Parts: sequence; structure tokens; C-alpha cells
Amino acid sequence: MSTSSHHQHNKENSLTSKLVSQISPSGIRKFFDLLASIEGVISLGVGEPDYATPWHIREAAIYSLEKGYTMYTSNLGTPELRQELSRYLKDTYNLEYDPASELLITVGVSEALDLAMRAILNPGDEVIMPDPCYVSYNPCVMLAGGTPVMVPTNQENSFEISPADIEARVTSKTKGILIGYPANPTGAVMTRDKLSQIAEIARRHQLLVVSDEIYAKLVYGVEHTCFASLPQMKESTILLGGFSKAYAMTGWRIGYAAATKEVIAAMTKIHQYTMLCASIMGQAAATEALKAGEDSITEMVEDYNRRRLVIVEGLNDIGLPCFEPKGAFYAFPSIRGTGMTSEEFAERLLKEEKVAVVPGNAFGQCGEGYIRCCYATSLAEIEEALSRMKRFVAKHKKV
Amino acid sequence: MIKEILKILENDARTTTKQISTMTGTPGAEVSKLIKQAEKERTILKYKTIINWEKVGDEQVWALIEVKVSPQRDVGFDAIAERIYRFPQARTVYLLSGTYDLLVMVMDKTMHEVANFVSQKLAPIEGVQGTVTHFMLKRYKEDGEILEGKEEIKRQPVIL
Repeated sequence: MSTSSHHQHNKENSLTSKLVSQISPSGIRKFFDLLASIEGVISLGVGEPDYATPWHIREAAIYSLEKGYTMYTSNLGTPELRQELSRYLKDTYNLEYDPASELLITVGVSEALDLAMRAILNPGDEVIMPDPCYVSYNPCVMLAGGTPVMVPTNQENSFEISPADIEARVTSKTKGILIGYPANPTGAVMTRDKLSQIAEIARRHQLLVVSDEIYAKLVYGVEHTCFASLPQMKESTILLGGFSKAYAMTGWRIGYAAATKEVIAAMTKIHQYTMLCASIMGQAAATEALKAGEDSITEMVEDYNRRRLVIVEGLNDIGLPCFEPKGAFYAFPSIRGTGMTSEEFAERLLKEEKVAVVPGNAFGQCGEGYIRCCYATSLAEIEEALSRMKRFVAKHKKV
Repeated sequence: MIKEILKILENDARTTTKQISTMTGTPGAEVSKLIKQAEKERTILKYKTIINWEKVGDEQVWALIEVKVSPQRDVGFDAIAERIYRFPQARTVYLLSGTYDLLVMVMDKTMHEVANFVSQKLAPIEGVQGTVTHFMLKRYKEDGEILEGKEEIKRQPVIL
């Protein structure tokens, strides 16, 4: 995260650690406060589905509560969920993970990412990742004592991290590559071919690849490639996934990591001392999602796809050039034509037209000049937001 | 493509041709053509709206009537079904498996009128062996839409 002023008061007797003080706070905190004070806002600022969890999943969790499943589970997660997950990864990607030793159920992908970094990094180890990227990548690496190495991406290269750019940044300290496709905030999806080139680099330099695939199910007209399914990559990939986005289960906080026995054992050590286990209710819900959730996903994806096409065309029409995102549920248009910074744009759009978007710089320096618009909201709201943004852009456009 | 268009219209019949064109990546003229054709072939039967009439104080009486029928040679149940569905009061008519044959949903203004329809029109039809009338007490969900107490989206306005 790049936005903030680096005011680090490293007083000798500071009550908080030096490491934490090195991490920039989210630069858009004041923007959240402003948002809370305005009524009638249409929000394209969310990062979650606009559906509640499908009823059959909720019902399964209620049933498990009624039956008295309210205890701790195994540190790794319930055997049922790991079994289902193992089957799912086999059916979907033809990947075989032993449910007894190669899968770990976590409190969302967020925890899994933190565990992965802490499990693999030694102080000073470098992790290469795209810029812009999800807000927690950079801090998670830093909190684990590592050094993030950013690879700029932009609209011109469809926000895909270039294999050549990665290789140019590999040093003797490089431990791994952290990627997340389909991507938040850009909606970019990388092809199997391009990912294979990254795999090749990882093999050549013996790097680990941490692949955050939380949006795996949300792709439109293209296929998602699981990084671990690339030839010989299963052993050197830490695959992170979860239930939040595909099954509309953000509040349940259930994610997972799939990796070698050695890595999972290391991650489990940290998990067992800090988290113990993910909530049993959430795990019951996730088990049902894997057993019977496919149909609800198909319908949801069709629905998102329609909204995606509407918002992308709409943004382009009003003068905010937007590359076509092939995954997740975000559009990431450029606002450079207005001459404003991302934060300025977001703040004034909120004040003047009551539309909330997230300034792109929240996701890294290379996100400057863009805004993130989530289209997981009703078509009627998307169209209203577009018409308000049209008025806003017309008013402020630099000729 | 027509299936994709129909799905969109089934969910919201007011979606414009332009919107459908964007959502499906099909030229507007092609969308119009396909819709006209579907209307002509009666794939699209009608565009209607789901209304909760109670909100405007309009009472409607709905009854669900089980009809037991003796099927006739050559035409089976169809001829009797037709005699029933020609009445405008019969809003929905289905042939079912099980303990009775036809399910007829009747709508009218008063319970009295519905009762009259059953006793004067429906029951006397030749071939109708018997009827059981269930008056509807409350509608909870109509064609996929929950009438009262639909869940609201409870998420926060900005989440990274």
C-alpha cells in the first residue's frame, strides 16, 4: 500500500513495534468516514457478492448447530471438509492432495496468506508480486519479515504480470512469487500459457509460488488455470482458495491452503498456536457448499457476466477507458482524462454524485490513475451509478 | 443466443433491447429480430408483472381445485381440460399424476363467486367425477418472489 505519508515516529520507547510502524495504514480511512456520513450512496466500493449465502448452505450450518456441533475441530479442519475439498480439487484440476496432510482449513484466504508467508520467509527474503494487487499482499510479506518486490502492471498489458519483468527482479534473496488471478482490483485473468512461463521461471530459480485463487470460479468466457496444475508445479505451489466469493460466504471466514506436507505442517504450527481452528459452523457450511453448491454458482456467474458487460461498456462510453476484465467482479477504469488523482476522483464523486468507488492507489502505486468499481450489485444500481458518473465526468473532463 | 435473451427477459421483462444487446454481446437489430420471432412462435407468451394486490387493498380470492376426471377415448384428459381452461376464471390448469387429475387455480373477487363457478360451471361438466376446493389463505412466495420480509443486503458500503 502506497498511499500514505510515511510518518514513522520510531521513538525509542514506542509502544508498538518497529515492524508494524513500517506498514502504511490504509490511505483511504478518511474516505470511509466520509462515506458513513452521506445518505443515499450507491456503492460500487464493495468487495463481496450482493447475495446472501445460498439457503441450502445456511440450512446445513443451522442443522449442524442444532445437532450440537459447537466445538473445536482438528487444527487442520474437519475431516469431512478436507475430504470434500480433496475430491473437489481432484475433480476440478485433477490435482491430488492428501486430506490428512496436504490441506489446511483456515479463517479465510487472508489467514492462509499470512500463514504461508510466515511459514516460508526468513528475514530479508524477497517476494515478487504484481502492482496493483490486493491490499494485504504487501503487508503480509512485511509482517513475516520479508521484502515485497513490486512488478508494475498497467492497462496496456491488461494488468498481467509479465514473466520477463519477474525474471528481471529475481535476486539471490528471492524466495517466491505471489500472484492472485483472477485479480482484485483489476479483474485480470492470466492465460495458461503466460502462467506456464512464470512456472518456468519458478523452476529455473527454485522459487515457491503462492497463488491466491479466491476468484477461481468467477471467470467469464475464459478458463481459470490453477497454478498448481501446471506441469511439475504442484510441489512448489502453495494454492490458496476459499468460499467467500464463489459461494457468497464472506462472513463465514473459511479458506484453505493446499501444498506439500512440509509446507502444510509448517503453516499448521502457526495456525494451531494463533487460531487453533476455523469455526466449526463455517466448516459445516463450506462442506455443504462443496457438496451441492455448483448450481448456485453457475447462475451467479451468468448474472455477474451480464452486469460486467453493462458496466464495462458504460464506463468506456462515459470516457473512463476500461480494459475488459475477464474475472472476479471488478472493473478498473482509468480516470486520467479527468486530471484528478484517484483519491480526489473518489472523494469528489462521492460528495458530488453520491457514488462510492475505491481509489486505485489503495492497491499500490500502479493503481494510481484508476478506480475500482465492483459490479456485484443490481443492474438498476449499476445503471444509476453510471448515469451519475457520466454527469460527473462530463463536468470535470479536461479538454 | 435466444436462450440467453429469454433468461434475461424472464427475470425482467422491461430490459431494453439495448441492454440485452450489451449483456449478450449481440447487435441490437439481431436481438430485436430474435425477440419478435419468439413472440410470433409463442415461445414468449406474454409480458406480465408480479403484483402484491393486497398492498393496494384489493382483495382477490384464489382457490386451488382438485378435479377428478374420467378420461375419454382418443382424447384422454385434453378435451375436459379444454372445457375448463376456456373459462377465464380458471387462471392455471395442470394435469397431474396422483390421487386427482386436474389442478385448476381459480381467481375471482369473492369466495361466493368462486363457489358458484365450481358448483355451477366446473362440477357439472360431463366427465368430472368430483372436486375438492381449497381456498388460499396466504401467499408467501409467488413465482420465485417472496412477498413480505424479503432479505435485504446487509453488507457494508466499502470493503477492500
